[in-house]
Amino acid sequence: MSTGTRRGSSSRWVVVGLVVIVLIIRAFYVPSDFGVGQRGYMYGWHRAGDAGFWKNFPVSYKFQNDYCSSCHPENYNSIMKSPHAIIHCENCHGPVLNHPSDPPKLKVDKRRALCLRCHYPLPYPTSGRANIPGIDPVKHYPDNECVTCHNPHNPLEGLK
Amino acid sequence: MISRRKFLKNTVKGIAGVALPVAAIEFIDPKKIFAEKPDAKTRWVFVVNTYKCVGCGFCVKACKIENKVPYDAKVTRTWVERYVMLKDGQVFADSPMGARDGYTTSKIALGENRFKDIKPEDIDKAFFVPKLCNQCDNPPCVQVCPVGATFQLPDGVVLVDRTWCIGCGYCIMACPYGVRFFHPVYHTAEKCTFCYHRITKGMKTACVDACPFGARMIGNIKDPNDPVTKIIMTERVAILKEEYGTKPQVYYIGLDREVK
Repeated sequence: MSTGTRRGSSSRWVVVGLVVIVLIIRAFYVPSDFGVGQRGYMYGWHRAGDAGFWKNFPVSYKFQNDYCSSCHPENYNSIMKSPHAIIHCENCHGPVLNHPSDPPKLKVDKRRALCLRCHYPLPYPTSGRANIPGIDPVKHYPDNECVTCHNPHNPLEGLK
Repeated sequence: MISRRKFLKNTVKGIAGVALPVAAIEFIDPKKIFAEKPDAKTRWVFVVNTYKCVGCGFCVKACKIENKVPYDAKVTRTWVERYVMLKDGQVFADSPMGARDGYTTSKIALGENRFKDIKPEDIDKAFFVPKLCNQCDNPPCVQVCPVGATFQLPDGVVLVDRTWCIGCGYCIMACPYGVRFFHPVYHTAEKCTFCYHRITKGMKTACVDACPFGARMIGNIKDPNDPVTKIIMTERVAILKEEYGTKPQVYYIGLDREVK
């Protein structure tokens, strides 16, 4: 009987010790803001602080017309009078990032492939693509950039 | 020898001893209550007008650059699908590189470097369908995450916690819309966030701003005066895979039954 009591008390301490170890690891390992949200156990588990990470993700594209037009009014005004007014500057000139400080100059994409995104003819009924004029890139001056002859800010003004 | 009475006593004590401290932490931690703070003023929703989409792919390009998804990797948070239905009943669909460079050929990519050129006179109907995360009201990706790394904010946006994700890929398998993938750099689950860093600053998502044709719109369905809310409430809109019960929150104008 006496040995049984001793064995019982030692196993009790092993159990208590394990519980304490698990709780200590848990206290350090699980972030303090980790918990069940309002959606309960099925949908709710999350670390609340992570929303801040995604909120503070850096913005690359400004897509603000007045940001571009405040320094480049003549370029802005010329494209606004053309059918290309719907295309925002940054689609061809690239993301503004922290321009003009960084980068000091934006790289404009002058490749034929950029223009062909819309101007390769795909006469698809029930799609707006059918209404855009297109060219056959194999036959239409295949070795030249489109901007050699066409002004992308005013494509209807005639050839350069 | 241990007696039966003593064994049972110790067992009950042991279970109670294990259960009590865990339960105590479960209910008292005030940080958990902070995480439960509801915010019911905003619910972000999306509208896609497939009639307006011309398949230029500016949305995909802007998304990859804005959200720093490696540009040449074959993964993307949003993409544009092309559907071409022929008069003889055949249906073709493709989305080469997620339409990052738009559609600059009439040849349909069949996969494994095979292409099919289709004559315009054989086409019955053809159109483009932009796709992105549906930010479902019942997100199966969130339900299956074994570590609580993916979660839904009260404003409806589903996000992935990159520091907490173990990269098991259950969420990628669970999403019926295939919008999730592994980030090639971080090796964690990655998905469209509705440009959370932009919409929380009063801006639109990069894809919405990049679209020259107004095919994409984002809005707050809790605001009755929001133009997006008005479209959803008054026009004929459809959602993808309604039968799954996920309650997707990207609404489509001009959806066809062939689009899944």
